[in-house]
Amino acid sequence: MSTQTQSQFFAQLKKYYSFYTGGFIAFVIVLAVLEQMGLPPKWIGYIFLGATIALYAGIGIMSKTADVSEYYVAGRRVPAIFNGMATGADWMSAASFIGMAGTLYLTGYDGLAFVMGWTGGYVLVALFLAPYLRKFGQFTIPDFLGSRYGGNLPRTIGVVAAIICSFVYVVAQIYGVGIITARLTGLEFQIGVFVGLAGILVCSFLGGMRAVTWTQVAQYIILIIAYMIPVVWLSVNHTGNPVPQIAYGQVLEQVTAKEKELNDPTTTLGAAEASVRALHKEKQLAAEDKVKALEAAIAAGSADTLVGEARAKLDTELAELNAAPEPDAKKIEAKQKEIAELTGPDALMAKLKKAADGAKKAAGPVPAHATAFSGKGAEAKLLKDNPNATEAEIAAAKAEDEEASNVKRRNFIALVLCLMVGTASLPHILMRYYTTPSVREARKSVFWSLFFIFLLYFTAPALAVLVKFEVYNNLVGSSFASLPAWVANWAAVDPTLMKITDLNKDGLVQLAEMTIGGDLIVLATPEIAGLPYVISGMVAAGGLAAALSTADGLLLTIANALSHDVYYKMIDPKASTVRRLAISKGLLLVVALLAAYTASLKPGDILFLVGAAFSLAASAFFPALVLGVFWKRANYLGAVIGMLAGLIVCMYYMYTTYEFFGGVAANEWFAIKPIAAGVFGMPAGFIGVIIGSLLSKAPSKEIQELVDHVRYPSLEGDIKTQAT
Amino acid sequence: MQLSERHHEYWRKNLRLTAVLLAIWFVVTFVVIYFAPQLNEIVVMGFPFAFYMGAQGALIIYVLIIWFYAHRMNQLDKEFGVHEGDEE
Repeated sequence: MSTQTQSQFFAQLKKYYSFYTGGFIAFVIVLAVLEQMGLPPKWIGYIFLGATIALYAGIGIMSKTADVSEYYVAGRRVPAIFNGMATGADWMSAASFIGMAGTLYLTGYDGLAFVMGWTGGYVLVALFLAPYLRKFGQFTIPDFLGSRYGGNLPRTIGVVAAIICSFVYVVAQIYGVGIITARLTGLEFQIGVFVGLAGILVCSFLGGMRAVTWTQVAQYIILIIAYMIPVVWLSVNHTGNPVPQIAYGQVLEQVTAKEKELNDPTTTLGAAEASVRALHKEKQLAAEDKVKALEAAIAAGSADTLVGEARAKLDTELAELNAAPEPDAKKIEAKQKEIAELTGPDALMAKLKKAADGAKKAAGPVPAHATAFSGKGAEAKLLKDNPNATEAEIAAAKAEDEEASNVKRRNFIALVLCLMVGTASLPHILMRYYTTPSVREARKSVFWSLFFIFLLYFTAPALAVLVKFEVYNNLVGSSFASLPAWVANWAAVDPTLMKITDLNKDGLVQLAEMTIGGDLIVLATPEIAGLPYVISGMVAAGGLAAALSTADGLLLTIANALSHDVYYKMIDPKASTVRRLAISKGLLLVVALLAAYTASLKPGDILFLVGAAFSLAASAFFPALVLGVFWKRANYLGAVIGMLAGLIVCMYYMYTTYEFFGGVAANEWFAIKPIAAGVFGMPAGFIGVIIGSLLSKAPSKEIQELVDHVRYPSLEGDIKTQAT
Repeated sequence: MQLSERHHEYWRKNLRLTAVLLAIWFVVTFVVIYFAPQLNEIVVMGFPFAFYMGAQGALIIYVLIIWFYAHRMNQLDKEFGVHEGDEE
């Protein structure tokens, strides 16, 4: 292979991956035929899981390597377009693949913060980082910090920050792998985690970056096909237009019209909705009364009686479930869990508050999908409750609405900024731009990366609207006696995804009678579109590919930071190649097991932790990396102060405002949510770098030359930094 | 190593390009978000404008920004003789 030119290599790759894509499509067709001949869905699930993991393992084994440069940066000869696909797979996690469309379905415009944030960050990668890092051309992001600022301290802070962000993120991915494997095959979640782990390790263990790159390309192809087919089919069904991204405009208009109808109690549908909402309102008031009673009891020191009563009630319900003619194992298990979780007054309080909030939300009107930053509806409520309200009262209610709307806008902007800058600071993404053959290719590669990510991201909003249309038009108002098959199926499989009860006993479905979990949207689309089970299997395999590819990239980042930056650069710079790779692989195994163990404990608030990783990366890395290239005066002291200040401010804000760490919302600055803590950490980082640098003397001539070196793709008499 | 005036000019041009593209990025992202409720009054092909920008419009512009940057910088490299040798 070493005698091959880059263009021959490129031609060969194109050939391989074209064959591969064709093979995958043929495989799906064969399975579809087998399904028609009577292959049970469970087997389709097993075959998809087994075949895709075996495929990734095959690529991983074929790419095994003992060469340091191949192991860390895939030999620096990944063509721009393939590096783009690999980055796409690396970037798009289970949250993007399965969660994104669901978030958009549930939150409408407000969910677009994720769509913009997770794509716009690549503009920053392209303009500020990728070409310069490629010219620098070593192995890790802490490498750059170490060389640019000198000394081990900036490198160490970089290593610590890289490990914190990546570990949090990888736990979330392995968790996703466990859930998808469990769903695809019916295995236990914990077993699913370790099956998934095996899938991750076979890719990265033997061949490092080289193996990960080529599996990620394969995973991208699967995930994009799996995402597109159901959406296109749904779009053809509903609009007759096979381009959902264009077609959903007219669908959105219909959805908006329907929202108005459902919120208008003078229409038939609206009146039925209003009757269900009134029931939710009663529940809300009852739950709020209970909260007040419990608060009083806690103050009086007699809360234990109330807890005892609640527990006795649950015990009776459990006994009833057990005594039923056909005991439902799932319901019994859920009830037992509920009893186990009722540990004391605090647990009861949390449960009651959650019930009150849920009922309050269900009692409210249908939120408008496309409306940005809607207020809390104080004015509308006031006019409804009191048609003769005075002007002063109306003005006060308007001001309240406006304040709520402004807070939403502020949080939206802050979140978009954190996600964008975080994208441009996450080491596992930046590292990918070390693998292209040249600066030129690195620039093109950012374009391809975003292009491939864009394909999925600009489809998700269309999918959300198409499913909403289906639910509002074909489900709402239909009879409980003849629910569509997909609704009944999912309600039976997982009540957290689909729950539907005839609350007002009119025999018809109202929107307020169902609770939909976000993940349902992508998972159920094949069934909604009336596609065979094999497509559902393919979608699950796509989700698995998304989670595995991201986990691969992250694990490699952590293992490399430890083996390359800590061991080789700081502990034993004379270590032999064999030893360095052995250490790296050993660490990979340890980190993977640790992450899988953490994921198997099912830590709560996993979504928050992922969001936190972006804020942390943005605060710790972005200022030092960007100023390192664009400001020659930035120096050692600046980098140390800036990175520490960014990290500390960001962590402090999360610590004081997020309840998981014992913080309270009252500590928020400008009502910014803890997930967007980076909006304070970033400025602190920039100010830290600038002040620290100006307080100490300018960096040495060598370092200034290094800055010139990274700024120009090629210079005469240039110094050499590329590691081989 | 001594940088010539041409080198400095290359870097200035790069900075100018970066600044212009960053300004476009800023407008399509943050300015549109800020005025979203007002911009949503404009409806094209069924799409309220700010919703469309957040869901798709801004994304298309991001892709174009990056494409243009890569294209223009690769040109500038050659113009100023700082391009890399080997493959094309």
